[in-house]
Amino acid sequence: MSSSSPGIEVDDLQRSFKDVLAVDGISFAIEPGEIFGFLGPNGAGKSTTVLMLTTLLPPSGGRASVAGFDVSRQGAEVRRHIGAALQEAALDPLLTGREHMRLQAALQALPKATRGARADELLERVGLTDAADRRVGGYSGGMKRRLDLALALVHEPEILFLDEPTTGLDPQSRADLWDEVSRLAREQGVTVFLTTQYLEEADQLADRIAIINQGKIVAEGTPDALKGEIGRPSLEVVPAVAADRDRLAAVLEEFGPPTAAPPGAAAVRLEAGADGLAQVVRRLDAESIGLETFDLHAPTLDDVFLAKTGERMSGDDGVAVAGAAA
Amino acid sequence: MTRDLARRALLRTMRQPANIIPVLVFPMLLVAINSSGLQAATKLPGFPGDSYLDFAIAVPFVQGGLFAMMNAGTDLATDIESGFMRRLALTPVGGTSLLLGQVAGVVALSFVAAIAYLGIGFIAGVTIASGAAGVVALVVLAVMIGLMFSSIGAFVGLRTGSPQAVQGFFPLFFVFLFLSSANIPRDLMQQEWFKTIATINPVSYLVEGVRSLVITGWDPSALWPAVAVLLVGIAAGGFAASRAMRGSLVRT
Amino acid sequence: MREFTSTARGVAWRSIHLTVTNPAFLLPAVIFPLIFYIAFAGGLSSVGNVPGFEYPAGYDTFQFGFVLLQASAFGGVFSGFGIAADFERGFARRYFLAAAHREAILVGYWLGALGRATLTAGLLTIVALVTGMRPLSSPLQGVELALLAALVCTAAMLFACGVAMRLKTVQAGPAMQMPVFLALFLAPVFVPLNLVAGWVHSVASVNPITALMDGARDLLAGEHVAAGLVYGTAAAMVAVFGIWALRGLRSAERTGA
Repeated sequence: MSSSSPGIEVDDLQRSFKDVLAVDGISFAIEPGEIFGFLGPNGAGKSTTVLMLTTLLPPSGGRASVAGFDVSRQGAEVRRHIGAALQEAALDPLLTGREHMRLQAALQALPKATRGARADELLERVGLTDAADRRVGGYSGGMKRRLDLALALVHEPEILFLDEPTTGLDPQSRADLWDEVSRLAREQGVTVFLTTQYLEEADQLADRIAIINQGKIVAEGTPDALKGEIGRPSLEVVPAVAADRDRLAAVLEEFGPPTAAPPGAAAVRLEAGADGLAQVVRRLDAESIGLETFDLHAPTLDDVFLAKTGERMSGDDGVAVAGAAA
Repeated sequence: MTRDLARRALLRTMRQPANIIPVLVFPMLLVAINSSGLQAATKLPGFPGDSYLDFAIAVPFVQGGLFAMMNAGTDLATDIESGFMRRLALTPVGGTSLLLGQVAGVVALSFVAAIAYLGIGFIAGVTIASGAAGVVALVVLAVMIGLMFSSIGAFVGLRTGSPQAVQGFFPLFFVFLFLSSANIPRDLMQQEWFKTIATINPVSYLVEGVRSLVITGWDPSALWPAVAVLLVGIAAGGFAASRAMRGSLVRT
Repeated sequence: MREFTSTARGVAWRSIHLTVTNPAFLLPAVIFPLIFYIAFAGGLSSVGNVPGFEYPAGYDTFQFGFVLLQASAFGGVFSGFGIAADFERGFARRYFLAAAHREAILVGYWLGALGRATLTAGLLTIVALVTGMRPLSSPLQGVELALLAALVCTAAMLFACGVAMRLKTVQAGPAMQMPVFLALFLAPVFVPLNLVAGWVHSVASVNPITALMDGARDLLAGEHVAAGLVYGTAAAMVAVFGIWALRGLRSAERTGA
């Protein structure tokens, strides 16, 4: 495994199914060793992109190279350098976990002498040692995902594709998988291409993110940069004395445009970002306005998504709240 | 209520070409192939008649039973899987009437298939030695065969509640058909062990009963054993199936 | 090359492992040929006495020739079922992703088919010999017969594989099974071609399977075999269905595994 090999380069990649353009000319580049989050709602084109990059689906146009090899013309080379855990885990219910490892090692042409040890090591790492000799038909969803991850790692790939790896997992399994993915990238320099529809997951794991919607990339950058780009934080304040609300609002508006606030409170989007916070406090103090609560709402990827596409990505993802009651 | 169920069963069977086409196509295909391939067997001393087609046309009437068994079993197993049987359990209708209603579609298909076999047979030059009344008797036998095998299928379907388990009986039926006198008269079987199996095998008597109406005329020595097998089979299959039906009405 | 054979062996290991460890897969493949053999060789033995039926090794040997090819062919067709099921359940994706050379997947399924056919044909041969079949072949002819059976298995496997890779669903089962079944039964199954009557005679005269069946029966009777015709026909079928299967693989790659 070398971290000096090229990562992934995608240039104007397209894929159409009949007359529907599922992926509509996307471009991006991923550095070796990076965890790249590919974020988008259901049907945005995430999986189609993964299928093309993993040589399971030929592109209709544009080009892409993975590990320095062209996905259309050098499929065999690409496949030698990648591992992938795709949405349906592609496991055989009649084979055991260990038999799957054995099969995968043969498919990837691992030297026979190393197969057994490699299987043991990976099963141990994903916590399936005890279940290794049971048929996969009896595995839970989380166990299947972990086995699938272990299988993807058999030949020590440089680049790992994970297509919605945590969809349908319980919070604990999800956290475990996140740990393992981070470890792979940090300790072994594996490049990770991760698709997800969970904003939180991309935020937590990814060094860089691209947001895809209706086949097009609508934003790309580090999570912080993206949030910083759109989302100035908003400040929501409730005065100690209700009568002070209008005066409070006037002071706050010196720092940015007003935004919607619950009755009795005033809110603005901070033009200067969180850095201007100290000044706001000093101004309120100078005006002798007492405070009941003082909340800073950090921007989220959901805000980014909303700003870029005009729609919310998901309803259930709560707004991250920073700051404390004054 | 039995009539309503029968109508539903009838519609269900007749609206699925996948149920009807194999019943008509496969048995006739097999006859067509065998009647050419085994025509030479009619030259064996003691072979009844000189047309293998006349000899073999009896087989589809019995083979149709296979499809009756599969269809009835699959239908009932599916009803258990889908929970339709639970809805029936809430009605005051008795198990046997429910069963009769449920297999009505399949039995009706046996009737239609018998007419089709005869029609195609006539076109291909089959003559019925027992005459017009024999044609009626052939159709009656076909319906009885359908009833017997659909009650066996219903029993399996109700007992297992799994369409796959019913499909698993497909090879078993073929064992019975192939180890009978379907392809050659028992007198002409040289291998004693095979003759013994065919003699024990009740399917032989079904084929021979149907066959006698086509090639010999009214032959009580062939006809009565067939009718006896059918009556016993229908009684046993029906009894087992209604017990299974009562069981499934209680259980589910 | 090492990569290619390793992949092929992996695929073959799984298909044989699944066959051997699951009675539901094994039984139909084994039982049907045995039923055919018992019913035809045992039940129809008097057909061997029909005037003009001249076959020195006996009617059971004559029928063994048919059932052996039938079992071999269906060993191949069952591979097609497996491929279709792998596509339907997404397992094919694992193969397509892991195999640097995807032709190796085809070879793996093929080896699996040969393994299954060997199992079935071996059992059939044992049953036939135990129940009294006495072929007149030389040992070399026995090997030639095995080669012929392997070619038939290969051709049927490639045909079914081409169908499976295009349709990618187990619903395609009849589309793999029926043509093979018909091709086999529209050959001289019960009597030599000169005794087959009517329309089947016309069809069997041009059916390439007829040559293969005659070849198998000649080998079993220890007689001279028209080797060029028999093996040429078998090889031609393998070649034609090989192209069909390879193009099926390309079609599966195009439309996504």
